[in-house]
Amino acid sequence: MNPRTLEKLSPWLFTIAIFLIWELACIVFKINTSVLQPPSAAFAAMFKLWRVFLYHSWVTLWVTMVGFALAVGFGIILGLVVGWSRAIYRGLYPVMIGFNTIPKVAIVPLLILWFGIGEVPAIVTAFLISFFPIVVNIATGLATTEPELEDVLRALGAGKLDIMLKVGIPRALPYFFGSLKIAITLAFVGTVVSETLGANAGLGYLIALEGASFRMANVYAALLLLAFEGVLMYAVFAGIEQHFTKWAFRSQMSAAG
Amino acid sequence: MEAFVDIDGVTLKYRGASGDIVALQDATLKVQRGEFAAVVGPSGCGKSTLMRLVTGLHKPTAGTIAIDGKQVTGPVKMAGMAFQNANMLPWRKVIDNVLLPLEIVEPHRSQFRSKKVEFRAKAEQLLATVGLAGFGDRYPWELSGGMQQRVSLCRSLIHEPALLMLDEPFAALDAFTREELWCVLRDLWQRLGFTVILVTHDLREAAFLADNIYVMSARPGHIVQIKSVDFPRPRDLQVTYEKDFGDIVMELRMKIAQVRQS
Repeated sequence: MNPRTLEKLSPWLFTIAIFLIWELACIVFKINTSVLQPPSAAFAAMFKLWRVFLYHSWVTLWVTMVGFALAVGFGIILGLVVGWSRAIYRGLYPVMIGFNTIPKVAIVPLLILWFGIGEVPAIVTAFLISFFPIVVNIATGLATTEPELEDVLRALGAGKLDIMLKVGIPRALPYFFGSLKIAITLAFVGTVVSETLGANAGLGYLIALEGASFRMANVYAALLLLAFEGVLMYAVFAGIEQHFTKWAFRSQMSAAG
Repeated sequence: MEAFVDIDGVTLKYRGASGDIVALQDATLKVQRGEFAAVVGPSGCGKSTLMRLVTGLHKPTAGTIAIDGKQVTGPVKMAGMAFQNANMLPWRKVIDNVLLPLEIVEPHRSQFRSKKVEFRAKAEQLLATVGLAGFGDRYPWELSGGMQQRVSLCRSLIHEPALLMLDEPFAALDAFTREELWCVLRDLWQRLGFTVILVTHDLREAAFLADNIYVMSARPGHIVQIKSVDFPRPRDLQVTYEKDFGDIVMELRMKIAQVRQS
């Protein structure tokens, strides 16, 4: 097999290998199923109750995507504002770091109090947990414009907005798309945390419910579906990143650059 | 005759980590219209600061700078600049890199959409004169360092500036490519007739290209000597092997050694 096909197949091979090792370990070490369920049990549960799992997976997916979309919109605006001037950057940074340090799980009860049990607190949590990397990355992309290039443009009479539009924003794009991959996985974490604490639907709700009734195979099935959604969305945004910022990948590889 | 670039008694101080730093002290420099001026000096003598002052990116602490009789109070809005690093925008094709100044400088800026075809033709033509015909649709990272520097020169000249500021533009290139680009710059200058201020460490480069070479002292920088180079134009690379040429380089070398010690 040539190295290229091997590279393409390796994510699948590794995933299958991990499932096999997991399954074998459960059999060989005779692990009690209340401690660890084999993947086969999780898949069996998935097939048996596929309608239930499909419904809750869908809820988690759309809730996450709405929260994530809000984070992207807000993250872009705040990132541009923060990247615009050093004073704003320095002023807002401690506030944002402070906010980001607060575990979002600690805010969820407040959100439930404000918005009631359901999708809204989950959307807000997904949003709150995922906007930070977007802001930081856009601001970093803008702040690291080469000073000489700025001189070239300013000597031509370019204003701050010109420099931002011609250089800053295109330059920040790879950072932005890179941050989306991080943000989307965080958004899932936010959704599930909130669903676990107060929701009527979603994989987090299902995990809490089934866990409380010791139906562990269903818990594992929900966890696997959650992981699958995360990988899927990550792949989507990695693809979008590749498509829009080819130059950033190529210019790093070029010998002349 | 009034000088085109008139730097008159300019001092620049700025606050450094350990007290005030005087980058330039009473520097006076007069460059005529169409002149090719080279500024040489020991490293850290404020040559690059001079560039930023002339283009209005920095305000002098004392003294005045005027271009074409008008005092410089802010960014000059017309000067072409090129540096040691080609500073290409990697997401733009070569031709769009060259066109960048036209998207910013008036009156081209407001005509950019309507005259796009004309501008592109002009950019292609300029690329051809530096030996890059047909490279417009490539990306900068597909080009070698020397080729990128040619593109950078094109970008600094596309809007036909009256003043071109060069800060060690060839310093990062190998010797052969550098001499090749001297000739490219020489030809562009002779054809278009702009005024050049070239900051360089390379004394041969200065002697080959310039009409006048301004030697700066160590910090705080000021002009300690003006050396006129009167080899006939157009100059051929051959000239760099003549004895007179060697003498000029030698003389500059001695002068810089002297100012470095003092």
